[in-house]
This record gives sequence, structure tokens and C-alpha cells, in this order.
Amino acid sequence: MDIPYNVEPRPDTGLYNAKLGIWLFLASEVMLFGALFSSYVLLRTGAPAGTWHHGREFLNVPLATLNTIILIASSVTMVMSWASLKLNDFKKFRLYLGVTFLCGVGFLAIKAIEYSTKFHHGYFPKSNTFLAIYFTLTGLHVLHVIGGMIVNGYFAGPGAKMWRTEPERFTNRIEVAGLYWHFVDLVWIFLFPTLYLL
Amino acid sequence: MALVDERAHGHHEAHHHEEPGFWTKYVFSQDHKVIGIQYGFTALIFLLFGFTLMMMMRWSLAYPNQPIPLVGGLFKATGGIIVPEFYNQLGAMHGTIMVFLGIVPLAVGAFGNYLVPLQIGAPDMAFPKLNMASYWSYFVGGVVMLASFFAPGGAAQSGWTSYPPLSDIAPSGQTMWLFGMLFLIISSVLGSTNFIVTIIQLRAPGLTWMRLPFFVWAQFVTSFLLLLAFPALQAAAILQMMDRLAHTSFFLPSGLVVSGQQLAVSGGGSPLLWQHLFWFLAHPEVYVLILPAFGIIAEVIANNTRKPLWGYRSMVWAITFLGFMSFIVWAHHMFMTGMGTIMSTFFQTTTMIISIPSVIVLTALIISLWGASIRYTVPMLFALAFLPMFAIGGLTGLPLGLAPTDIHLHDTYYVIGHFHYVVAPGTIFAMFAGIYYWFPKLTGRSMSTTLGHLHFWPSFLFINGIFMPMFIQGMAGVSRRLYDGGASYSHAQGVLHWNTFMSASAWLLGLAQIPFILNLFWSMWKGKKVGSNPWEATTLEWAATTSPPLAHGNFTVIPTAVRGPYDYSLPGAPQDFVPQHQEG
Amino acid sequence: MSASDAESIRKQTRAYIGVFFALMVLTVLTVAVSYFHMPVVLAVVVALAIASFKGSLVAAVFMHLSHERKVIYWVLILTVVFFIVLMAIPSLWQWNLRTVR
Repeated sequence: MDIPYNVEPRPDTGLYNAKLGIWLFLASEVMLFGALFSSYVLLRTGAPAGTWHHGREFLNVPLATLNTIILIASSVTMVMSWASLKLNDFKKFRLYLGVTFLCGVGFLAIKAIEYSTKFHHGYFPKSNTFLAIYFTLTGLHVLHVIGGMIVNGYFAGPGAKMWRTEPERFTNRIEVAGLYWHFVDLVWIFLFPTLYLL
Repeated sequence: MALVDERAHGHHEAHHHEEPGFWTKYVFSQDHKVIGIQYGFTALIFLLFGFTLMMMMRWSLAYPNQPIPLVGGLFKATGGIIVPEFYNQLGAMHGTIMVFLGIVPLAVGAFGNYLVPLQIGAPDMAFPKLNMASYWSYFVGGVVMLASFFAPGGAAQSGWTSYPPLSDIAPSGQTMWLFGMLFLIISSVLGSTNFIVTIIQLRAPGLTWMRLPFFVWAQFVTSFLLLLAFPALQAAAILQMMDRLAHTSFFLPSGLVVSGQQLAVSGGGSPLLWQHLFWFLAHPEVYVLILPAFGIIAEVIANNTRKPLWGYRSMVWAITFLGFMSFIVWAHHMFMTGMGTIMSTFFQTTTMIISIPSVIVLTALIISLWGASIRYTVPMLFALAFLPMFAIGGLTGLPLGLAPTDIHLHDTYYVIGHFHYVVAPGTIFAMFAGIYYWFPKLTGRSMSTTLGHLHFWPSFLFINGIFMPMFIQGMAGVSRRLYDGGASYSHAQGVLHWNTFMSASAWLLGLAQIPFILNLFWSMWKGKKVGSNPWEATTLEWAATTSPPLAHGNFTVIPTAVRGPYDYSLPGAPQDFVPQHQEG
Repeated sequence: MSASDAESIRKQTRAYIGVFFALMVLTVLTVAVSYFHMPVVLAVVVALAIASFKGSLVAAVFMHLSHERKVIYWVLILTVVFFIVLMAIPSLWQWNLRTVR
């Protein structure tokens, strides 16, 4: 049974189903991270003067800047992997997607270093409200990174079989996975200054 | 003209025509109709369970500290008496189960899933695998919720609203509640994505937005509410889990003393933060509870008045406006937290404004009855009862939405009376109307009218018996969440006698559901067989193959809509209804 | 795949690279700016402005939002409105408590 507009776009909306689907899902994710950002604002503005701990006290700005660069680079390679498919270059697609995955690994590695350093110094979520929101926000973000990496890894590996049988559908899948990955980058673009620099 | 008489085997795709195994066909199905039925049965079971919890609560309220008959053996430790801690579990779980495991899965998961693709002429939902995942996520969440009764210390017992600091320090059942909610929210977010894409992308040719059945519009708006509001509660649940498991202080203020000892936490948190995040969801949530009900009632009324709905366009704009407004009224649940006057003014104003679209919908439905040839079928009885009951619910919301009167009424039985009127003789009656109405579509048989009447009339009577006196008790100042129904308060003494009256009504209401349960199961095998369109309805679901079961893919030929959804009593037409896909 | 499609993809590729460098510069900028001791409100405004600009570039170019369909725009506008409500109200709440009694 064929679901219409799974691959070819519906004329009046100009969209194929999964593209609308992923944007709707991203809208809900905006509200999820938004709620956590809002919590950060409320907790920080509600804290009595002088009691709020700032990011610089605990956090490693240079490492996080490196992480920012890594994630932005991975966004470029992600969209390049989609563009490669549009240009019928499967090898380049795999290469770019592989680099995207590696960037993800790099990001996680740096985060692991960050977290373990904190724990080593006795800084835990329960230590103060700033650290609590820091670990929660970045932790949830990390989970999203891992999720994206699983999807990307699947499409770079076993999932790539679909390129031979249904190339257009596969290209759409990469576009959708890319939209999710860019969103993960977007969240970090806001997380980084909020937690580390302000 | 039936759209589907034979199954044409003109498929081009490489489909195997072997029969799928039992598990793929009935358990891990991706067919929206099977998933809809799964949601339906699961939700009905949860509704019954939640009802049972309430019947136990009402024993404690009427006869506090006395051993409860029949089920007293379950609490041997307390000699069959419902102690306050257990009463609190019953209360928190009754609310949680009814709202999140009962009504929303039934209204959206069951009715929405089954009917939306059919009413828009689609072969299925846009993402069948996601649909299946949504159901199983709900199922897991439900199991976790039920299992929480067996956690050490019992189930969640801080209200369905789970306010901290109490919920932060409550026994482990609360953590299970949070995990359960995580799964339920994922289920809803994935489901609502599916609904929105389906409605936007899979409408059949000719089915323009203003030709959609009102039921589909209702599901569409509902899905946006779920999509954009639930994440706030997801965030809140994550934060509360951090508080409980990682010992953070998101919701714990500094210097909190518990049982005489200062809590060893960092402090610096805000209990109000939870309330903001919770109500940011929970207010749109109440519109999630009522919109599908409006949708069902509209379909039943149009069909049983043999007239188009009066004010269809106004109703569509009203619910769209309602959906939008529902995001900016939430703090009317927080008037007693000491907010400033500007905030209070803002939220009172938006709350008063949001009452307008509901009035528009109700008025349009009532005017739809004017000059109608009313068929007093069992679904129509429930639909007619819905109208004044919802009106009472809505009107009693007004003094709650205005801060000066809310000062007196907040957290009293008045509130319980208000929201139950909307949800119980409101939404649940609409659910019943829908079940009696669409049963023939699912099964090819009709339900017994006699048993239907035996269900309806006592239910209508007793449901008012439970909830009307609550306004009296509330205005006298009887607080919510008291296991003894106010017996230990002097100001409550004058209205205490209502407790036994309300409890008796509740138990009799329980008995009144027996004809329904019997009817449901008996009719599935022994109900009178009917054709594919026994109600002579116009919308597309009645044009699909007759059941059981509806064919995989719903329509052999995708219909084209050539008219609006309610062409009843069209001047010049040969019959008093013209189906939506029928030409000329 | 037509020649003009290929050409437009190549043009987009140039845009992707261009945006990458812009984002690098903005990242360095936002870190550099944070070392100046500004009053909190100004620091927040500047940081948010830079982050928003970076975010818009990612959304418009990488996520193709600049030539996306109306439906998507409407969904996002709706989301942004509610996001603003969710961010603004709790803060306004605090302000109202502190300044108006």
C-alpha cells in the first residue's frame, strides 16, 4: 500500500511527508529546550544577588569553543553529504557523512573530558543550581547528539542500501536526518554562550 | 454508490499477497484501524480502572476511617481502612489515569487514529510505523503507571499536578510516575506529528480545508496543542527526576526543613518553576480533552438533525482561536501564588477572552438543532445531554478565572465540580456518543438500543448527583484532597451530608455502566448486522468498505470530494443526504 | 538530474562554505566579546544577538529555510510565538513581583 507524497512532493504544499514531519518534530524540540532555557532564566533571575554561580567559575571556555567549531563543521559536512547525493556522488556522500559522524565522536569526547574533570573536582549537579541546569541542558543535548549519530551511522552503513533501489527516497531521508542534525547544532549555538559566557 | 465493492488487484508495486501472521496483523500492526482499536480498548480499560479508584475514594469521603467493603481485603495492613496516604495515591492516580491514560488516548489515539484517515480519504496515516511506535510507547507508560502502585511507599501521592517540594521528597512511586509520563509524552508528540502531516498532506482530491468534517479540524487543532505544549511538561519531568535522582534543587528552595531536619541539598530552586512548566502544558491539555469531544458531538448532531451544521466556519475559526489562546492563560491556575497585579490582570483578561470561542461552538451546536428533524438515537441522546452539561462546566469556570472569586474557590470542591462537569458529562458522554455512533463502522453490527437507554438515563441522572453538590460544598469552603471529605473542619459541617449522597450516586453510576459493557461485547458477536452506512451519513468514512475488517488501504479508489461534509436535506436531492464524494 | 539542478547545487555549496566561515568568525567574536566586562543586560543582549544571527544562518542556509514552503514558515512562526511566551512570562512574573507591590 502506497502512502501518497512519501517521496514526490504534494503539489499545493510543495512538501514530501517526512520533511513536514521533521519540521513539526523540531518545533516540539524548540519547545523542549525552550522550557529548559526558560527554567535557566527563572532560576538565575530569581536567585538572590551574589548567590548565582557563573559558568566561568567551573567551565572550560576554550574546550567548549573547540566543540562549537566541531559541531558547526559537522553541520557543513552533513549538508554537503546531502548535496553529494543530489549530484549523484555516492562516494562523496559517504565520505561527508562519515566525517559528520567523526565530528560527533569528537564532540562527545570533549564533553566526556569536561564532565569527568568536573566530577573529579567535586562539581556535581547537586552542588548548586547553575551546575544542575548546566548538566541537565548539556546532558539532554548530548543525548540528542547520540541519537543523531545513531541515525547518521545507520544511513552511512546498512541504511545506504536504499540508494541503489530508491535513490530519491534515500536522498530525502538524508535531507531529513540533516535537518535534525542542524537543529542539534542550533541548540548548541545558543547553549554555548548562555552557559559558558554569560 | 459504494466506493468499494470488490478488491481490484491492479497493484503495480511488488506487494506480496500472503497473509501477515497473527502478531503482525493484530499486535504489531501498522494499520491505523487496528492501532485505533488497540488504543480504544486499552483506554477503556484504564478508564474503568480510574473509575474504580474514584469509587474507593468516595467510600473514604462518605465513611472515613471505616473498613471498605468488597475490596477491604486488599488493605489488610490497615484493617481495610483507606488511610490518608493511600487516599492521596488514589487521588493522584485517578486524575493521572483518567486524563493521560484514559481520555486523551481514547479521544485522540482511538477515535482520531481510526477516523481521520477515513474521513479525509487517505489509505492510512502518513507514518504507519510511527503510529505503531506511539501506541506501544503509551502502553509502556501505562504499565509503568500501574506498576507504581507496587513501589515501596506506594504510587504517586502528590496530586496529578505533582507540585514540589512535596513531590520532590515523595516515595519512589513518584519517580515511576515521572518515567511513565516520559513515555506518554513521547507517544503524544510522535502521534501529533503524524496527525498533522496526515491532515495536511493526505487529504483526498477536492477535500479543501473548508470541506473537512469538523471532527478532523478538531483533531488538527488538538494535535498542535499536544505538539507544542507537552514538551514543557517533558522538561519539567526531567528536572523533577534530576531533583529526585541526582539530588539537584531545581524545585527546592533554600532552607527547606522536612520532618524537623534541614534538607541536605544546595537549595536555590523554585517550586513555582514547576507550576509554570506544568500548567503551560496542563492548560492546553484541558482543550485537548474537550476539542475531540466537540468534534464527535458535531458529527453526531449533523447526522441526527439531517441538516448541515449551523455556523461551521465560525466553529472552525473559534477552535483555531481557542487553540492559540490556550497557550496564554495557564497562570489562572496560579492566582493564589502571590503574583503581581500586572500578571494577574493579564491572565484574567486572556482567560475571559478564551471563554468566547467555547460559547461560539456551543451556540452553533445548539442553533444546529433549530428546525431539525431530530433522530433520538442513543448517540444523539448523549450528544444532546453534552450540550447543557458542558454549559454548566463552562459557566462554573468563570468565577475560577477571575482572581477575586478564585481566592475563595481555589482548591475547593467547586473546582472539582467545574472540571468534572466538562470532562465527565462533557467529554466522556461525547466518547460514548462516538462509540455508539461508529460501532457499526468497526463491526458491521449495531449496538442494542435498549441497553443504550439503560446506560444513558441512569448515567445522566447519577452523574449530576455526584457533581452538582460539589459546587455547594466548594462554596462552603470544603477543600480538595481531604480524605475525610471535610469532616474535621467546622466550616464544612453544614455540607458534609452531601458526601454520602454523592458517593451513592458514584456507585450507582458505576452500576449504570454495566449495560454499556455488556452491550459493547454482546453486540460485537450478536448485534444486528447492518450495511455500510446505517446512519445515512455523508462523511467519507461511511463510504469505505463495510466491516469487518475494513480493507488494508481503506479505499480501492481514492475518493474525490465534490461537496461539503454535511449535505443533508439538500433541496432537489433524491434522498435527505448526499455523500461527500457523490456527484450531482 | 539536469544540468541546471547540478549548477544550483554547486552554487548552494559555495553558500555552505561561505556560511561556515561566517560562523567561525562569529564564534570567535562571541567568545572575544565575553571577555569585556559589560553590564549583565548588555552582555546578554549582545550574546543573544550574535547567537541569533548564527542560528539564522544555519536555519536559512544549511536547513534551506530561506526557500522553504509557506506551511513550514507558519509552523515555525507559531512555535516562535509560544517560545517567546514561555521565555518571557516567567521573567516578567519576577519583574512584576519585584517592582509592583
